[in-house]
Amino acid sequence: MQKIYLCQQLARVKLSRAGWASSVPDVPAAPSTRPARALRGGRPGALLLLGVAVLTSCSSPQSALDPAGPSARRLEALWWGLFAVSAVVWLVVLLCIVYALVRRRGQEVKPRGGGTRAVVVAGLIIPTLVLVGTFVATLSVMRAEAEPPDEPALTIEVIGHLWWWEVRYPDFVTANEIHIPVDRSVRVELRTADVIHSFWVPPLTSKTDLIPNMDNELWLLADEVGVYRGQCAEFCGAQHAGMAFLVIAQPADEFDEWMADQARPAETPTDPLALRGREVIESQSCAACHTVRGTEADGDIGPDLTHFGSRRTLGAGVAPNDPGWLGGWISNSQTIKPGNLMPPQPLAPEDLNALIAYLETLE
Amino acid sequence: MTTVEEQQAADAAVAERLEPVWEESGGLRGWFTTVDHKKIGRRYLVTAALFFVAAGLEAMVMRSQLAGARLDVVSPELYNQLFTLHGTTMIFFFSTPMLFGFGNYLLPLMIGSRDMAFPRLNAFTYYVFASSGLLLTGSLLFGAAPSGGWFAYVPLTEEQYLPGIGMDVYCLSLLLLGVSTTAGAINFIVTALTMRAPGMSLNRVPLFVWSLVVTAFMVVFALAPLNVDNLLLFLDRRFGFHVFDPDDGGDPVLWQHLFWLFGHPDVYIIVLPALGIVSSIVPTFSRRPIVAYPLLVLSAVATGIISFGVWVHHMFVTGLPQLSLSFFSAASLIVTIPSGIQIFAWLFTIMLGRLVVRTPMLWILGFLVVFVAGGVTGVMFAVVPFDQQTHDSYFVVAHFHYVLFGGAVFPIIAGIYYWFGKFTGRMLSERLGRWSFWLVFAGFNVTFFPMHVLGLLGMPRRVYTYEPDLGWEGWNLLETVGAYVLLVGLALTLFNVVRALRRGPAAPDNPWGGDSLEWATSSPPKEYNFPVVPTVHSLHPMWDERTLATMVEDRQDPGRTLTDGKQAMRTSDLDGVPEHPLDLPEESVLPVVVATGLFVLTVGALFGLAVVAWAGVAVSVAGLVVWHWPRAARQEGPRQEQQA
Repeated sequence: MQKIYLCQQLARVKLSRAGWASSVPDVPAAPSTRPARALRGGRPGALLLLGVAVLTSCSSPQSALDPAGPSARRLEALWWGLFAVSAVVWLVVLLCIVYALVRRRGQEVKPRGGGTRAVVVAGLIIPTLVLVGTFVATLSVMRAEAEPPDEPALTIEVIGHLWWWEVRYPDFVTANEIHIPVDRSVRVELRTADVIHSFWVPPLTSKTDLIPNMDNELWLLADEVGVYRGQCAEFCGAQHAGMAFLVIAQPADEFDEWMADQARPAETPTDPLALRGREVIESQSCAACHTVRGTEADGDIGPDLTHFGSRRTLGAGVAPNDPGWLGGWISNSQTIKPGNLMPPQPLAPEDLNALIAYLETLE
Repeated sequence: MTTVEEQQAADAAVAERLEPVWEESGGLRGWFTTVDHKKIGRRYLVTAALFFVAAGLEAMVMRSQLAGARLDVVSPELYNQLFTLHGTTMIFFFSTPMLFGFGNYLLPLMIGSRDMAFPRLNAFTYYVFASSGLLLTGSLLFGAAPSGGWFAYVPLTEEQYLPGIGMDVYCLSLLLLGVSTTAGAINFIVTALTMRAPGMSLNRVPLFVWSLVVTAFMVVFALAPLNVDNLLLFLDRRFGFHVFDPDDGGDPVLWQHLFWLFGHPDVYIIVLPALGIVSSIVPTFSRRPIVAYPLLVLSAVATGIISFGVWVHHMFVTGLPQLSLSFFSAASLIVTIPSGIQIFAWLFTIMLGRLVVRTPMLWILGFLVVFVAGGVTGVMFAVVPFDQQTHDSYFVVAHFHYVLFGGAVFPIIAGIYYWFGKFTGRMLSERLGRWSFWLVFAGFNVTFFPMHVLGLLGMPRRVYTYEPDLGWEGWNLLETVGAYVLLVGLALTLFNVVRALRRGPAAPDNPWGGDSLEWATSSPPKEYNFPVVPTVHSLHPMWDERTLATMVEDRQDPGRTLTDGKQAMRTSDLDGVPEHPLDLPEESVLPVVVATGLFVLTVGALFGLAVVAWAGVAVSVAGLVVWHWPRAARQEGPRQEQQA
């Protein structure tokens, strides 16, 4: 009743009051660019399609769209499902807008009531059905993600530090590099030595936080041999950006070999320069923070360096592990990773060379 | 019917009696003593816009740093300060104050009132907001800005990991702002419930007012956990409490629960008033009443309630039990339904009506396109396993910029174009507005759409740089280019505003043929807003001859002109039945005095200067005592003289 009254009023208002006053031309006098504008409404659609086209061809060692294990593969499929439903919803909205833009041309002023039922159907009933479907999918993927498909081959512990990753295998400790056997699941226990970090290897699985006083865990399973990059995902201070790691999935025999190598203490070098380097590491401040098993260096603040030479990166993924970068890192790592907790080491040039030579022998 | 001359004479007679009562001091004194909701509202808008500019420029520095891999535009420490300030400023010191500015200016006008319920409190909230924002933004100039991210997770933000006063600035400025926001919210609630024009029953309240009231109730409940969080963190940092310190049995996850118990409702605290702006503009430019008004009101109320039950979806990767994850997943899916109803109500309004695209409506159409894209990715985060994959990645950054820039900034700019004539008496240029819109629309999408892709490619948020071999460089460069286009587009609107203030055409009272009562006032409105308090007969008073007629016919009715002093009308809460006139307070210097006291207290606490802090307390308390000294005693004298 009230609605009808209002609409009559509205019609009269339109006719009787100069609503579209001086500075605004009335509708018939509006600029004649409307069809063009209606077309322009489609531009974001083109942008989206372009985005999808480029997106599908993307490749990155840290990409969730390049899955290398059952978990990430499931999550990728989930993403494309969600994307498809979302794209349909978005396109429906866009079509409604385009319809309104096109339809308004040449229309008489016929304000009408109604529309409530349409809102109930389009805004309440259909979305509810879609959301129920989404929730069912959510629960089924959650269930699949909860447990690995097989009994884990081993359990390792990853401890987050400002700003590097300590990785504890049953028989040894390493840093910033996790080796796993391909096609076998590995349980990862997640703890932190300081603030909250988050363990994320997108090509293998989703992330889980490392929280003080909490014992979190996840499982990793790679079904393709390869090197996958992970990175801390929870902001953790100055070098949050410089807290990466590698997960290296190897065939079983290579993995066993690696395990055996890593479990051994560091070998005494035969090269005199490297031998001198070992003296440097034991006598200088290095030993206060770093451990090299088989030497007197047994600090527990920084990463374990026992098999440092076998690692691919330096400073938790901020540089390649080669003699040039290594020299720069030891002399003043602050230039490479500003804010990290290793102070500059003012070593004599010959000591530095010896140290680099020794560290490179630690394979 | 009376002649034009007779009408003008009647108008002049009413105005002659109202003007001396409502007139405020001019000059510098008037600047500090005003209690006029319109002046305060305009100040809110301008101040919040300044914070938007500051936080936007911070973002431009960040985008420049990320244009390529391993760039060195800013240091990691400065970058961390920039994103912390950008987020904190945009959330706390731009969005909500900007929308409170719209509310301050428009709420009394839309409900046919002459001012807010507590005009002095209104002035006070402005000063507190401005000083707390100045404290936070200013800290950057002293290199003492907080750097723990806008949600400041402990234990990183404990003194052990982030020494210095940066995080103290964060805690204290937010606590100070909390005073302002809470007081402002209470003012909105009381005004909207007690001072509506006669006849404006709850089912005739404009949707913008409804959304402000829902927002205000949310503020009152949501800010408490945030304030507790910040107080406890400050005590931890400064006085050695161990509430959040894991080494001494404190619980870092408690911070997250309290923060998001505020934080998720806050998304709606920001977006709801902006959606209210949308609901104001859509019917005007569809030339018909909005579709499904009762459903829109229910949606706003439902959003306000359900949003308090979804906070854990910000914590899906913290290792909580599966059962609670499923519960909060379901709740997070449900909270999207009211938004869906609102979207389709607007869509059916423009489809059933006659869409007229002027600049305000252009920004609203842009809002629909962008906000829905942010909404559908929001649904994705309710899907626990997908959230666990993309949480804290650039996908999230993309999502919340689509929601907050799309859901708040687009409607805010639409609101500026829509009400600028009312605010200033001048019209903005349509042509510049269109240019600005298309640049902002293109720039926004080029900046933020690729962030979805980067998130899926594994790029975490809050990284000051990234390695070159990860396939992220091209996308990042594209985003930076987009950001500069966006900057130009926004600058064009700023230019439009400045230009219009200097030489814009005069604004008619109702330039767009809008339906709500603010258009019944002159542009800009007189101090007393309405010479005759209107009597409302429908949801669309300006489209309704009967309501319009009351503003003419009731000129002789002292019960509607209220010329016996600075008065507004008290009407009943539900039905808007007139009860009695209310005396409103005169202009006063007290609000700025009490606010200054609070600011001094904050600065004293920040620097650990007990004497300064206590001096601030003394000033505030003294100001409050004078402020609340019984008014009847002071006013009785002059009143009796007047009557005699």
